[in-house]
Amino acid sequence: MSGLIGLTAAELATKLASGEVSSVEATRAHLDRIAEVDAEVHAFLHVSDHALEVAADIDRRRAAGEALGVLAGVPLAIKDVLVTTDMPSTSGSRILEGYLSPFDATVVARSRAAGLVPLGNTNMDEFAMGSSTEHSAYGPTHNPWDLDRIPGGSGGGSAAAVAAFEAPLALGSDTGGSIRQPAHVTGTVGVKPTYGAVSRYGAIALASSLDQIGPVTRTVLDAGLLHDVIGGHDHNDSTSLTDLWPSFAEAAREGATGDVLKGLRIGVVRQLPDSGFQPGVSASFHAALAEMAAHGAEIVEVDAPHFEYGVAAYYLILPAEASSNLAKFDSVRFGMRVPVDGTVEDVMSATRDAGFGPEVKRRIILGTYALSAGYYDAYYGSAQKVRTLIQRDFDAAFAQVDVIATPTAPTTAFRLGEKIDDPLQMYLNDVTTIPANLAGVPGISIPSGLSADDALPVGIQFLAPVREDARLYRVGAALEALLVDSWGAPLLAKAPVLGGTR
Amino acid sequence: MATPDLMDFETALELFEPVLGFEVHVELNTKTKMFSAAPNSFGREPNTDLAPVDLGLPGSMPVVNEQAIRYSISLGLALGCSIAPSSRFARKNYFYPDLGKNYQISQYDEPIAFEGSVEVELGDGSIVTIPIERAHMEEDAGKLTHVGGSTGRIQGASSSLVDYNRAGVPLVEIVTKPIFGAEHRAPELAAAYVRTIRDIVIALGISDAKMERGNLRCDANVSIRPRGQEKLGTRTETKNVNSMRSVERAVKYEIQRQAAILAAGGTITQETRNWHEETGRTSPGRPKSDADDYRYFPEPDLLPVVPAPELIEELRAALPEPPAVRRRRLKAEWGFTDLEFQDVANGGILAEVEATIAAGASPAAARKWWTGEIARLANAAEREASDLVSPADVAALQALVDAGTLTDKLARQVLEGVIAGEGTPQQVVDARGLAVVSDDGALIAAIDEALLAQPDVLAKIRDGKVQAAGAIIGAVMKAMRGQADAARVRELILERAAAQ
Amino acid sequence: MSEFTPELVRHLGVLSRIRLSDEEVERLTGELDAIVDNIAKVSEVATADVPATSHPVPLQNVFRPDVVGDTLTAEQALQNAPDSDGVRFRVTAILGEEQ
Ligand SMILES: [Mg+2]
Ligand SMILES: [Zn+2]
Repeated sequence: MSGLIGLTAAELATKLASGEVSSVEATRAHLDRIAEVDAEVHAFLHVSDHALEVAADIDRRRAAGEALGVLAGVPLAIKDVLVTTDMPSTSGSRILEGYLSPFDATVVARSRAAGLVPLGNTNMDEFAMGSSTEHSAYGPTHNPWDLDRIPGGSGGGSAAAVAAFEAPLALGSDTGGSIRQPAHVTGTVGVKPTYGAVSRYGAIALASSLDQIGPVTRTVLDAGLLHDVIGGHDHNDSTSLTDLWPSFAEAAREGATGDVLKGLRIGVVRQLPDSGFQPGVSASFHAALAEMAAHGAEIVEVDAPHFEYGVAAYYLILPAEASSNLAKFDSVRFGMRVPVDGTVEDVMSATRDAGFGPEVKRRIILGTYALSAGYYDAYYGSAQKVRTLIQRDFDAAFAQVDVIATPTAPTTAFRLGEKIDDPLQMYLNDVTTIPANLAGVPGISIPSGLSADDALPVGIQFLAPVREDARLYRVGAALEALLVDSWGAPLLAKAPVLGGTR
Repeated sequence: MATPDLMDFETALELFEPVLGFEVHVELNTKTKMFSAAPNSFGREPNTDLAPVDLGLPGSMPVVNEQAIRYSISLGLALGCSIAPSSRFARKNYFYPDLGKNYQISQYDEPIAFEGSVEVELGDGSIVTIPIERAHMEEDAGKLTHVGGSTGRIQGASSSLVDYNRAGVPLVEIVTKPIFGAEHRAPELAAAYVRTIRDIVIALGISDAKMERGNLRCDANVSIRPRGQEKLGTRTETKNVNSMRSVERAVKYEIQRQAAILAAGGTITQETRNWHEETGRTSPGRPKSDADDYRYFPEPDLLPVVPAPELIEELRAALPEPPAVRRRRLKAEWGFTDLEFQDVANGGILAEVEATIAAGASPAAARKWWTGEIARLANAAEREASDLVSPADVAALQALVDAGTLTDKLARQVLEGVIAGEGTPQQVVDARGLAVVSDDGALIAAIDEALLAQPDVLAKIRDGKVQAAGAIIGAVMKAMRGQADAARVRELILERAAAQ
Repeated sequence: MSEFTPELVRHLGVLSRIRLSDEEVERLTGELDAIVDNIAKVSEVATADVPATSHPVPLQNVFRPDVVGDTLTAEQALQNAPDSDGVRFRVTAILGEEQ
């Protein structure tokens, strides 16, 4: 990819700072790219009318000598789960069509304050329920590597937007893998920070105890730069950590030197055997581990006996919390209303029937069941105990190793429609990403290569202890540097041409 | 028949033993809401005191008000409760249009305060100990206005309007254990209990405690069981009884209603019931199909409350004296007789009298106002005396009397003006022109005119028949529209009669 | 097998205010039965001695000072309302006619 849209955010930021490129030029280049390819990719639900104005303002302020943030003037795509005051936010649902928030999500406000230029809202599975973006009420997003395939989910729009060079940076949300798994299938980078490291205020809640907001980018350094902008304490989110965080961009730069690999202990989970993965996926995973080992890392097998209960616990906790979080969509204060005859209860029920898609209804019903009198202890209560057990697994593992590595997901991008009628199969996609959300630990997915069996991207996931997000940036950047070096170019250089302008 | 017969109360008590229980919701008078920085206000324009979380807007999140925690701990301590080393919030899930999120953030299995007791004094001076099960924190709901039906009732309404200003106002819900042994004093005990809770929260300064405004709301649980039966009867919960007199009446009504049903071989339905002030009856409450399944779970957006032991001790040390101790002290300080003091205490106006005295009135004057004219007006209006007028205004009124600006009769007129919302006593005096005429010139003019009009009376006075002056006093007072000091008028009449 | 029946699914639909068609009830009964069979295994390891975790990163006593902050204007509060009288949100009758 050449021209302005081919630049990483870090490169673009340097050119913006030096005055070589204006934000208006950079923004226009990305808007042009969206106009060119998004009919095919459908990464965006809404493209901002204000992007060029915002960019011009940044250019003016820069010309006036104002001290601007590192990423000032760089365009940003925003997952539709995040509310914004100048664009409709729907969380991919019909029930919120046209909804305009009177306030910005904290991460959006911080991005604006840092001078980033919102380009538009990206597509997602409705209310972030899904692993394929096929559950969007507004039609699926297509994987830029193969338009017949899923871009992952729920944040398929954000991942596809950066993979298709429609945006250098995007924001995502990750409840069970919704940042990392799309990164895996689109050859991009995604980070789920430590729970509480990034504010959830203004993120339309799916499962409050699992949701985290994070960066979606093409490089580890870019993820660190964006994480530096959005992270840190927010008094509007009670679960926000008060920690002072190091610069993750700095950590990524440090990691790229490769020193971190010397003596690094990388854990591989015995309970996630190769047999659980597509052969091309596990081959890519082992090749990446071998590369790291060749540069001084030590691969250690660790036990995580309760990971196998993770999916089950997740599919109790998530629907339970979601059934409550989504109760607010009742046609009274905002959102769709289906004005049937009868009582307000009839109107609410008809609206929620018409406004929610099948996957959302399925999970609300499941969550209502899990919380019901008489079932709570067996289901929700037990699931919360499994959480404790998985945390203990992590504690024991991290006593032995610095990071844990897994393939990010069991398979490469599957075909659109392939699993849509089999929710259980769909749920099993998240087996590797879910434990991090249950335990609150941070995770990163970076491209490890192409699968030998289908030439589609594969991601490797690293997990670190709670609050050790910087370690992931170091390790991720180290492996990224080695792999890009060995490939001679970023993995996305191998992606097929979209729009005919590469 | 629409309503069941009532059994005579005495007969009901012969046959059945009443068992009571109360849930009292106290609205805290914090500056902001329980989970948002929007003002905790009353009477403002609809939907103007809202933060995103009060409307349940997408992406909004709750943050706990620290002052509400302190107030709740203080209240828990004043109720003799243990303060939980760790408590947490839970979501109570049910759909209702006055709930912005369709769940109420409340406390469930881990309330902030539990296991206490409170001493309640009855009219005859006897003390009853009410066992407290728990006191937990939660948020209030918005307000519904029903349109298109009769008299604003939900029944028959074609639509409802929602104002969420009250949504998120901090509440403490105080739940008693079952109360046994109240017997024929059950109705009185109910009122006395609510009065005691009100006294406590006023003394703590944590609630405005105006029942009329819903700052204090009582749900009364009543069941009865045949004499000698171990098993508790089926209870009803009469919701939102919003005055002490109503609590008393509602409990009495339910005992009589349930007794009539059981005596006729019927069964009591476990249900919530609504209290109707006008008819003095209860009726079945709104059907709550979800009531059996609130799907409580720990609120994931909020964290446990783990009060430092030092905080608890600090708040304990700052507690006001317990109501019973306070009563003994006040009675001695004010020098009231037993009867005088019981009048005040049982009238639910102890705090008002105390505040009136603190504002400068003498104990006797404060008592006279609150047990006299104000109580009479409250009775006539079927309202709580405390809701009619503020202690500060009563003290100001008495000060005007003491200064000779108002006669007792004028003062009563001014009180009516204050209650009618015409302003402070001084403002009413000014606006209505009610002050005593102390200008002798005006009085003399009126006297001379009256003497001139009634020469026969003048003659009698001159003849030393002083009591004849009464007729002239009457004429002068009429001319002055009552705003004259009668004693001064008499003095002046005698002077003028002698001079003519 | 778990205990999903069409009646249970219909009841859950009422609790969660989703009007489910007979078709949906039928489909959901089968799907949820399979899903719950799969996820019920959490109880295998959730023994009494294991404490529950409701927050992945433990914190406590997160409070806000009792100070008035920004509020929405009435216009903002009502800007997304499906129906209102201009100052309050409007909903249709809460009770049915027979009540
Ligand atoms: Mg209650
Ligand atoms: Zn309550």
